[in-house]
Amino acid sequence: MPRTGVPARKRKSRQWAAWAFLAPVVVYLIAFYAYPLYRNLDLSLRHYTVRSFVQGDAPFSGLANYRTVVADPTFGTALLHTVVFTLVSIAFQFAIGLALAIFFVQHFRLSATLRALFLVPWLLPLIVSASTWSWMLNSDSGVVNTALGVVGIPPINWLTSPTWALTSVIIANIWIGIPFNLVVLYSGLQAIPAEVNEAAALDGARPWQRFWRVTFPLLRPVSAITLLLGLIYTLKVFDLIWIMTKGGPTDSSTTFATWSYRLSFGNLLPEFGPGAAVGNLLIIMALVFGMIYIRLQRRQS
Amino acid sequence: MTKPLKTTHLKTATGVALTAIMLFPVYWMINVSFTRDTDMRASPPHLFPFHGTLEGYRAVLDQQLPYLGTSLLIGLGTVVLTVVLAAPAGYALAKLRPRGGAVLSFVLLIAQMIPAIIMAMGFYAIYLKLGVLNSAAGLVLADSTIAVPFGVLIFTAFMAGIPEELTSAALIDGASQWRIFISVILPVSRNAVVTVSLFTFLWAWSDFVFATTLDGGGAQQPITLGIYHYIGNNNQQWNAIMATAVIASIPATLLLIVAQRYVAAGVTAGAVKE
Repeated sequence: MPRTGVPARKRKSRQWAAWAFLAPVVVYLIAFYAYPLYRNLDLSLRHYTVRSFVQGDAPFSGLANYRTVVADPTFGTALLHTVVFTLVSIAFQFAIGLALAIFFVQHFRLSATLRALFLVPWLLPLIVSASTWSWMLNSDSGVVNTALGVVGIPPINWLTSPTWALTSVIIANIWIGIPFNLVVLYSGLQAIPAEVNEAAALDGARPWQRFWRVTFPLLRPVSAITLLLGLIYTLKVFDLIWIMTKGGPTDSSTTFATWSYRLSFGNLLPEFGPGAAVGNLLIIMALVFGMIYIRLQRRQS
Repeated sequence: MTKPLKTTHLKTATGVALTAIMLFPVYWMINVSFTRDTDMRASPPHLFPFHGTLEGYRAVLDQQLPYLGTSLLIGLGTVVLTVVLAAPAGYALAKLRPRGGAVLSFVLLIAQMIPAIIMAMGFYAIYLKLGVLNSAAGLVLADSTIAVPFGVLIFTAFMAGIPEELTSAALIDGASQWRIFISVILPVSRNAVVTVSLFTFLWAWSDFVFATTLDGGGAQQPITLGIYHYIGNNNQQWNAIMATAVIASIPATLLLIVAQRYVAAGVTAGAVKE
């Protein structure tokens, strides 16, 4: 909004200046965001072979790629895995993150240092976390199976059996996501004035009641934002699964993200059209939750 | 408020125990990086590297240095590109009230939500046609897409908090907007520059998605691909793999030690409204 007292001529020159400052980013967004996305959309609407991919003369095929993808037996599996991977991951990340945030908000000796150390898993490159977990979950020499053996549980083929592959990548992903939930929920808890809890305590509310009746409702806006961001981040997880299991064995840990990549780059004969189609379906899923997130944040501010 | 000393000690002890559990995988990575080949498949695995070896680290020095150099180069390049693009945009959105600014902010929020794996496919198609696959410059450009929207949003939020008086004095002296941005706004925005640079560097350094799609056959490859090839090629030398992983974790560790407050600020930025 133009402020009163600023002459019209000056306002106009300020508009020019503003867009001069914004021009590089606008050009950048068009060239390196919009155009790759357009290319991806175009890929999904044409019938590509390796030859026509290079020459760029693939015939338009409408929604054929999307029909192929939906009819593929992998579609249902990948959809189910994407949903399970996302929901189970964020449920655990959130619950553990919240418990830790409540613990750390009490301030004790070393609490700030320990809380900082909790950030490490989130900051490590994904290839580092993924390869470390791969070795820890190794069937024969992994430390996880050794630990299970101590309590009498027989070794599990974490990464090589179809029953456990999805569980394995979910475990690693929960570990990576806890820090983000901890940090955001911690800052949300800090924003709740201490007097509110003290008043409830004076009224005779027990700690458990105070949490459910006072803290949790006050934390609801931050919780909603945390969960939605978690949802958007988790939907697009690719590196972790690809490095640990490549989506296998036989699709048992395939999600939309890894399926899309495998179609385009994982086979000797790339299927760029179907790969792009799966990718675009993933974008739509992410954007649906993204819109909810933006609306929620608008309403809160 | 005098709490019994015992309960706070108990809390500290619990906190240390929880942190130890959480960081066990990190410890394990370090432990394995020092483990001898002969002990690698020992059952049960050795919990401490008593018969430690530096073989793994020697292998890193022999084979991985070029990858580390490339990653450093790509990280720094991405930081420069991101700050140069994002800082002026942040200033305009925060202080110059452009018409259509709200739409642009909205587009930036949406851009952050697009999975990198899909961007990578689009980039692949474009780079193939332009013949710039397998180049470090191409990777810098692609990596910057992870950071630019975040950067603009951070700069906007930070610069909106700079008091109006600071710029209006300069305006009265007849300084141009560019002059004000360079000599008034940027110097006081140091914290934002640091936050954006740190996160950008970390993301570019850690990137695997763009590297594997756009630089899979290049002469200059980043460390993430170095580790990935290692896992694929020699399944046996886990000490070398984990030693490389330890080295690849150094930037994250430094970041946490040197710039802890910036990290927390970056994580919560956008998620929680002040």
